Amino acid sequence: MGNFLEGRYRTCNTTGLPVCLDAQFFIKAHAVAAVVFFLIGAIAALLIALTRWSAVHLLPAMWFYRVLTLHGLNMLIFWIISFEIAILYFAGTSLLNSRLFSRKVAWVAYVLMVVGALMVDYIVLIGKGDVLMTSYPPLKAHPLFYLGIIFFAVGTLIAVFNFFATVYIARRDKTYEGSMPLVAYGALAAAIIAVVTLLHGATVMIPSFLWSLGLVEHIDAGWYRLVWWGLGHPSQQINVAAMVAVWYFMATLTTGAKPLNETVCRAAFVFYILFINLASAHHLLVDPGLNASWKIWNTSYAMYLAVLASMIHGFTVPASIEVAQRLKGFTRGIFNWLTSAPWGDPGFASIFLSIVIFGFIGGITGVTLGTEQINIIAHNTLRIPGHFHATVVGGTTLAFMGLTYYVVPLIFQRDFYFKKWARVQPYIFASGVVLLSLGMSFAGSYGVPRRHWDVNFTGAPLSAGFDAAAHFFLGVLGIGGILAFTGALIFIVLTVLAVFFGKSIAGQPFHGWQPAEKFKLSMEIFSRKKDEKFEQIAHKVPGTVVLVFVLLISFMVYYFANWKALADVWWVR
Amino acid sequence: MSIKSPESNWFKPPEGSERLWVGVALVWCMVMFLAMPYWHFKGKQNSTGESYAVTPAEFQKRVNRFVETNKVGEKNGIPVVEPSPGGDAYLMGQMWRWYPILKLKEGQTYRLHISSVDLQHGFSVLPININFQVLPGYDHVLTLTPTSKGIFQVICNEFCGIGHHLMTGQIIVE
Repeated sequence: MGNFLEGRYRTCNTTGLPVCLDAQFFIKAHAVAAVVFFLIGAIAALLIALTRWSAVHLLPAMWFYRVLTLHGLNMLIFWIISFEIAILYFAGTSLLNSRLFSRKVAWVAYVLMVVGALMVDYIVLIGKGDVLMTSYPPLKAHPLFYLGIIFFAVGTLIAVFNFFATVYIARRDKTYEGSMPLVAYGALAAAIIAVVTLLHGATVMIPSFLWSLGLVEHIDAGWYRLVWWGLGHPSQQINVAAMVAVWYFMATLTTGAKPLNETVCRAAFVFYILFINLASAHHLLVDPGLNASWKIWNTSYAMYLAVLASMIHGFTVPASIEVAQRLKGFTRGIFNWLTSAPWGDPGFASIFLSIVIFGFIGGITGVTLGTEQINIIAHNTLRIPGHFHATVVGGTTLAFMGLTYYVVPLIFQRDFYFKKWARVQPYIFASGVVLLSLGMSFAGSYGVPRRHWDVNFTGAPLSAGFDAAAHFFLGVLGIGGILAFTGALIFIVLTVLAVFFGKSIAGQPFHGWQPAEKFKLSMEIFSRKKDEKFEQIAHKVPGTVVLVFVLLISFMVYYFANWKALADVWWVR
Repeated sequence: MSIKSPESNWFKPPEGSERLWVGVALVWCMVMFLAMPYWHFKGKQNSTGESYAVTPAEFQKRVNRFVETNKVGEKNGIPVVEPSPGGDAYLMGQMWRWYPILKLKEGQTYRLHISSVDLQHGFSVLPININFQVLPGYDHVLTLTPTSKGIFQVICNEFCGIGHHLMTGQIIVE
């Protein structure tokens, strides 16, 4: 039985899930803030791509670094964490059949987050924070830069506390029976990782703030990097956990999928919690002061157990879709289930493309670049952003876009205009991100540095530069950037139009992406008990097996090719 | 289940294809893990992180002494310095140059000390593409053996201010 307050909840007309109206208000508020930060970050992205495209070279040096700082902070922190708080509020209430713990606490968190983010953006735009996202000392920014980040981090911690408290009251009031739903479990994993991450953030940002005020004399560069990356890389693992939770959620909503084996999925989330924070090492592999055993243990997340977790989710999500599709009768051959999937539903298209891009590009490159020795031929080159644009943009952001196509009609209760554009948007965005990411990765393999204004080194006392092939790939980066920006803009325009000017569909079910009968069939398949037929199909998922083995072979080829490339460079130890 | 509580008997081992994949993935993870200690002992390219504390002023002094004793020429007004094979070499990262130009011999091993006297820098040798982090306060020692001849460009790949793209250097290998 739900513990909702009188008159402060409704039942979703589409999914039948309960919606706490207080949670709904803050889901909306955080989602709107998230999309605004996303817009700022996207405009910055376009300007950066057009500067890195060496034939265009749009911005002057100072504005390049300024806009790059803005881009990193708005995309990697403000957009994505704001959206994740919306997901936590949803998962904690609708999935656990509970009310939100506290409206007041939610207000405090929201105000701190928005004010903090605006402070940082303001300081960066007036040119007092040209320190890039990482703000490595001795580079120093205005004190309000650090304070803004602290505000945002504390706000996030408070929101996460509100989520934990919601989980607590749901459990206390027995609002659900048995174990919590898998998506809520994934959200809980993301929240736990967020706490660890944000504590690192506080540990490094508070002394930095005091240092910028002149109250602390010296910040050690190596210490800062070690602790900052306890914020910088694990915060991306909040995204991974949240993204995987969204994969499971959307797979259910768009195809009626349910996990084959709950134990496996939940264990994989536990692996994230236990091991993923070690990845602070990923950016410190060629640093002084840290020895090889520390680097090897930490960069591998303790023997790659967090990688194992992602490889598991990369199997279970498509496999669960395959089973649901086969139960619907799409049983012909190996891939009939996939070709008959709802590709015109932007929710489905987004998450499936997200899985593919995250696995094939983001995952494979990430593990390879994070190999202790291979990092020597990758550190601080464009290969690094080539990796994380595939994970955070092609993976997380695309999955969140897919979710938004359902959040707007189900939570905001508004209908979209120009639905045809929404149906093609995931494909435009995904192809842009793929080109961008490949352009970066290949340019980086020539040694082209990341965060660099002019790879022709115009005016340098000793000349340097790259051959035509590297410049070609910078062109691919630029074109990919334009395409991805176009996709992002379509998403933003459609969402803003729907949220502020869309026709209200309160009280009606939403079937804008798939016909009502298809949705009904999916939900019927979902709510069936796991009978013998289900288990029979679940034991043998040939399509998914083919997909994951193609992934494994690509992985091996890329991995060993990199060892070969490393073996060819100068000897060093 | 994804959006509903699972049936109460959900705790059970994986079966069928899922079990196969979990097993295969675990084996692959172990292979990747063991590759790193293997390469640490058998491979020729490693990042051991050997380093010593040094103040920027002290490091600058050592660099100047190194240049005075080993200077063999000049290029664009920048000293070209040839350390003795097997000996110590110094390279200073500074906004915005790598100082001095180093002249090394192919197949010889050097202890290359790199540090910064101001911000963080990134030591990147092109076109062979090897990269190491350079921090103020840390004397980062690379035991380096050039295995190819030529003139190599050193660039900075850690953001160090508005003139970041002007920061270049050179290593000549004969």
